[in-house]
Amino acid sequence: MEATHAIDHDHGHGHPTGLMRWVTTTNHKDIGTLYLWFSFIMLLTGGTLALLIRAELFQPGMQIMRPEFFNSLTTMHGLIMVFGAIMPAFVGFANWQVPMMIGAPDMAFPRMNNWSFWLLPVAASLLVGSFFVPGGASAGGWTMYAPLFLQGGISNDMTIFAVHILGISSIMGAINIVTTILNLRAPGMTLMKMPLFVWTWLITAYLLIAVMPVLAGAVTMLLTDRHFGTSFFNAAGGGDPVMFQHIFWFFGHPEVYIMILPAFGIISQIIPTFARKPLFGYASMVYATSSIAILSFIVWAHHMFTTGLPTAAQLFFMYATMLIAIPTGVKVFNWIATMWKGSMTFETPMLFAIAFVCLFTIGGFSGLVLAITPVDIQLQDTYYVVAHFHYVLVSGALYSIFAGVYFWLPKWTGNMYDEKLGKLHFWMSTIFFNILFFPMHFLGLAGMPRRIPDYALQFADWNMVATIGAFGFGLSQLILLVVVLKCIKGGVKAEGRAWEGADTLEWTHLPSPAPYHTFETPPTVK
Amino acid sequence: MSDHQGGGYYLPSPSGWPIVGSTALALFGVGMVLWVNSVAPGGWLVMAGLGVLFYMMFGWFGKVIAESESGKYNAQVDRSFRWGMSWFIFSEVMFFAAFFGALFYARVLSVPWLGEGDTGAILWSGFKSVWPTAGPLGAKMIAPMAEAGAGEFAPMAAWGVPALNTLLLLTSGVTLTIAHWGLKKGNRGQLILWLALTVALGVTFLYFQATEYHEAYTKLGLTLGAGIYGSTFFMLTGFHGFHVTIGTIMLIVILLRCMKGHFKPEQHFAFEAVSWYWHFVDVVWLGLFIFVYWL
Repeated sequence: MEATHAIDHDHGHGHPTGLMRWVTTTNHKDIGTLYLWFSFIMLLTGGTLALLIRAELFQPGMQIMRPEFFNSLTTMHGLIMVFGAIMPAFVGFANWQVPMMIGAPDMAFPRMNNWSFWLLPVAASLLVGSFFVPGGASAGGWTMYAPLFLQGGISNDMTIFAVHILGISSIMGAINIVTTILNLRAPGMTLMKMPLFVWTWLITAYLLIAVMPVLAGAVTMLLTDRHFGTSFFNAAGGGDPVMFQHIFWFFGHPEVYIMILPAFGIISQIIPTFARKPLFGYASMVYATSSIAILSFIVWAHHMFTTGLPTAAQLFFMYATMLIAIPTGVKVFNWIATMWKGSMTFETPMLFAIAFVCLFTIGGFSGLVLAITPVDIQLQDTYYVVAHFHYVLVSGALYSIFAGVYFWLPKWTGNMYDEKLGKLHFWMSTIFFNILFFPMHFLGLAGMPRRIPDYALQFADWNMVATIGAFGFGLSQLILLVVVLKCIKGGVKAEGRAWEGADTLEWTHLPSPAPYHTFETPPTVK
Repeated sequence: MSDHQGGGYYLPSPSGWPIVGSTALALFGVGMVLWVNSVAPGGWLVMAGLGVLFYMMFGWFGKVIAESESGKYNAQVDRSFRWGMSWFIFSEVMFFAAFFGALFYARVLSVPWLGEGDTGAILWSGFKSVWPTAGPLGAKMIAPMAEAGAGEFAPMAAWGVPALNTLLLLTSGVTLTIAHWGLKKGNRGQLILWLALTVALGVTFLYFQATEYHEAYTKLGLTLGAGIYGSTFFMLTGFHGFHVTIGTIMLIVILLRCMKGHFKPEQHFAFEAVSWYWHFVDVVWLGLFIFVYWL
């Protein structure tokens, strides 16, 4: 190999400016920025749908909308948040951070990287656009269960093709990330020296490649059942509607970990930084992450305990699900042990990280409650389930995204963010989050069903409380927008190593903001 | 694993091809939505989408081939391509796994459940849960055909055309390997001859598959609408046939490249990628032959 000439790229230092820069870019930092802004827009879109849901549920009785529209809101809120907000945000982090953290010049396939992103607006337009077609947006729940999803109008087909395009984007993105991590690490950066964020993304990308095609298969079968006369999910033709649930959740449960493993990675970078101690139990973190990924393939039917599974299957899926508590417990233990006797400071990223550890663990525990088959049979489709997965997805996945944004903003923009506003964002979010979701545990235990626009009078008080929390939480997110815009515009200049406790390559080897091209000559990692 | 040796990893300049691809899939997606609902411009949009997609593939792959031939890709880039293709094939394996999963679930679990216990007695009395089946009400979905009784279908027999097709695909794996040996030895004649033979075998396979489908639809009463057997049969063999078509096009592309003198005995990733893909399609067929046609 020729060792003399530096990185061979034919862009020199000129690239198109204005809109075309963003449309044609092959730069991992540009693409990371695109992913993150897209995700934020989707967060506000999905959040607006959620606020409409909460407005309707403020009081019992039908207040402001037809029930069909309410069903569209819950469906699209779920799809937009999962596929539009959470997943693209983590891919945005991967784009910005993975090459810098492993000392690579860019992603392995820069052009495919661009395509992975630019498929997302197409899919999002199909999803959001479906609100405006005859019959309204998909209303069968984000899980698209047959037979309900086989009925319904043209919007269900829009959802199917949106999911296909999202799947293509995710698979290409994941192949890019896996290849970058496996092939573009700097000399000396062995696998077991990689920052934990990189490790969690390696495993996440593997999960994505394994299960997104299964989802594609599932929605393809929905399409052919709807329009081409097949009988996959129709008992009259020898099929079975429950089969859809099996295929969907074979995708869906690993998908849950796709949305939380990168969160674990971000938290595992932040806690050591602000505790000023190395991460406790690095190797056990890697093994725990891998165990969670492997187990995620054999627990799917815990979403289906009320479908009439044979008892043996119920027992198997109950115990397998409980097993996941062990590696997850290892992680929580390690985060706490990292903080133990550390020189802790509480900047905004650390506040979000600590809140993550506390609140995500509550979501984990309610997950264990739901894993117990006889309990789940009582709680299936109640607000207890809604409370559970919002504790893991909002105070879990979304909080880690907030934490990561505050943590890396100095590296991305070259400026420190406004710490006062950041702390305000944190406290407003955390207080209102709990006002919003904690009462849902009570509502669910009392028997309030999810996905229903009206409810019995005894649920009125806690629903009113939850709605107040929802508007507070939603409006608090505008603070984040202000913080980010202010930080991009200016502020106190950030040093290369903006956080004294940070020790990954992007902090130790690169200035802030990180130059457009970094590590064209790879660093040597000792 | 990672040996940069002072860089040299090729980073492409900004590119317009991805947004062309996104436009193609937007046209295709919207077109399909309209088409399956019989809304007017749907079919045209699908065609336009496919047209733009082919335009993008010509342009994008053409650029990659030009970069490759001009020696811009070092060994590390080559390894990236290998990882990328391997993971892509893994994603394809999982796509087929979804449909095989549907087949196994129906045969082993849900079809037997339909005919036994309360479900069988109360809901579908008289339904015998044996494979192949079009389901309890499948008979009503099927038009009467010559070689099957009224309201029935005949399953595709394994030891006629399907067995021949198995032989064709297995042989094509061998001919492709012989072509690869030719490439590695620098024997262009052997390379082109055996590669052309592989293409011919692929095309022949597709021809037989088409005649089989024709027979199924016109004589056997076996259609997409023939209950769960028809559904799994056509989705599995159909997606496989689609992949054979893609594989054959890929083989033709590398055949043309070989005729133009592309590839070196020590560096010919594209050739290997196509041959991996072809062997993958081959293995999927073996699964189909055993579980869809034979057992």
